[in-house]
Amino acid sequence: MAVDGLTFSVEHDELRVVIGPNGAGKTTLLDMICGKTKPTYGSIKFKDLELSQMVEYQITRAGVGRKFQTPSIYVDLTVLENLDISSPEKRSVRGSLFYKRTPEITEKIESIAERISLQDDLETKAGTLSHGQKQWLEIGLLLMQDPELLLLDEPVAGMSARERELTAELLKNIGGGRSLVVIEHDMAFVKMIAQTVTVLHQGRLLAEGSMDQVQNDERVIEVYLGR
Amino acid sequence: MNKAATSVQPKSNRTLRPALVDLLDRFSVPILAFLVLLVIPLTLDVFRLGLAAKYLCFAFPAVGIVLIWGYGGILSLGQGVFFGMGSYMMAMFLKLESAANPGSSSSTALSAFFGAAGLPDFMVWNSVEELPWFWEPFHHVWVTIPAIFILPPLIAFILGYVNFRNRVGGVYFTIVTLSVSAIMAIVIIGQQGYTGGINGITDFKTFQGLDLDNDQAKYVMYLITASLLILAVLVGRFILKSRLGRVLVAIRDHEDRVRFSGYDSAMFKAFVFAVGALFASVGGAMFTIQVGLASPSLVGIVPSIEMVIYAAVGGRLSLIGAVYGAFLVNAAKTFFSENFVEYWVYFIGALYVIIVMFLPLGLAGILDKLRGSGGRSG
Repeated sequence: MAVDGLTFSVEHDELRVVIGPNGAGKTTLLDMICGKTKPTYGSIKFKDLELSQMVEYQITRAGVGRKFQTPSIYVDLTVLENLDISSPEKRSVRGSLFYKRTPEITEKIESIAERISLQDDLETKAGTLSHGQKQWLEIGLLLMQDPELLLLDEPVAGMSARERELTAELLKNIGGGRSLVVIEHDMAFVKMIAQTVTVLHQGRLLAEGSMDQVQNDERVIEVYLGR
Repeated sequence: MNKAATSVQPKSNRTLRPALVDLLDRFSVPILAFLVLLVIPLTLDVFRLGLAAKYLCFAFPAVGIVLIWGYGGILSLGQGVFFGMGSYMMAMFLKLESAANPGSSSSTALSAFFGAAGLPDFMVWNSVEELPWFWEPFHHVWVTIPAIFILPPLIAFILGYVNFRNRVGGVYFTIVTLSVSAIMAIVIIGQQGYTGGINGITDFKTFQGLDLDNDQAKYVMYLITASLLILAVLVGRFILKSRLGRVLVAIRDHEDRVRFSGYDSAMFKAFVFAVGALFASVGGAMFTIQVGLASPSLVGIVPSIEMVIYAAVGGRLSLIGAVYGAFLVNAAKTFFSENFVEYWVYFIGALYVIIVMFLPLGLAGILDKLRGSGGRSG
């Protein structure tokens, strides 16, 4: 069992970082929130909705966005098309058959492309982007969806130091009253963005608090350093 | 790969070539319409026109396969089932019409002699004394035609949605479609009294009183087929150019991401699968009306695989390519079966291997390559 007896809550407008050694159940936690994995028991509440009873696309439409560990974007589509099909209008079969991009959507695509530093690559096939750019594009896809809760699984994996800084800025300024849950291994990056840190170990909550509190917690040091 | 491309490059003016390819690409639909609506009917005799009509009927499922497989990433080895449904529904209608008009064919006269007028001849031979209930609706042309357009896509939609919803996709769905083709062929062959069995349903001469053996009727039916095919290509284009087309490509790339963008991806896949079934069914119906036959040899696994090969030869990302693919492969089949029957199976097998290994995008891929290399050189 990857996650067991865990109680975890995130406030409106909060940026929460989840850390923990390999196998702590961090990714499983996100998988359960966004509907990729169904919990065998327990409850997952988002606003007034019981997410454990819903399927992925319903959870997404309710306002939860998920970024995966390896960049998952549409490599055969351009950056523009990637962003365009992520905008939340007309997601039914019939709606998408007769969908026309409105000036508002075009404007939104351009502003998000600028935030993820891809404004000059709108016509580029997404498959030819660098690894870091792909990670940004996936964050851009999430932003297009206007989610209230963003779940990010190792958003800076494989990024250069410079790209990490830019990503930290991007996440800190995401704004709009959105809540973020970020899984991260890179402690330097965690320090850049973290307000509150949750430490998981073997599927259970080990510690929770500010970065300083967590770093000086005896049990956390023990788990990480094996002392 | 490059070798294959250079070997087919003409040696003519290098700057003219990409422009020509662009032109071919931009006007691909008008060119196709010109060929099938004007050139073929004006240049071929009635016998060859009949062959062309047959080839065009096989292009319908191939166009559908481009949508389903090329863009949706769903490999269906069951398009013969939907081709067969259209084909058999049309055959049932035509058979009942010919059974109701004894004298229009010798065998119905025979069944009239045995006191079973109005019953298809093969039923009489199999001692079926009453018309089965599922034959009844096909007395009426205005039930038959809507049924050809509605029933196969509906069945495809339900089959697709149930499977895709339960995350049966990829190879597993291919196996499901393969099984359905096998089941359909087995049922048809096994229920000889109701379906005509291995012989299929044949020997009908008229459609709503129109004599199908008449040369003029053959031209009319050919032109209807060609127009419907152009229409199918245009519908396919409309779908691919819409947001739905991009969602399909996205599903092929990364279905999880599509779900997490708020799309019910199973619904999209089932929809495109249903569109493919619609095209196949229309092709099957036009086949039966022109070739005068509905046969279990057109619904099973082998014909279903051949239909995928048509799309692969033409280029699985090209709707128009699928038409040329179906035409060329079937023309080759006719040539081989007129001359060296026993080599056909080897030929089609080798063709498929060559396409997959050297030309994964089929004939349409050659055009793309010409344009690509042309673009670089100037």
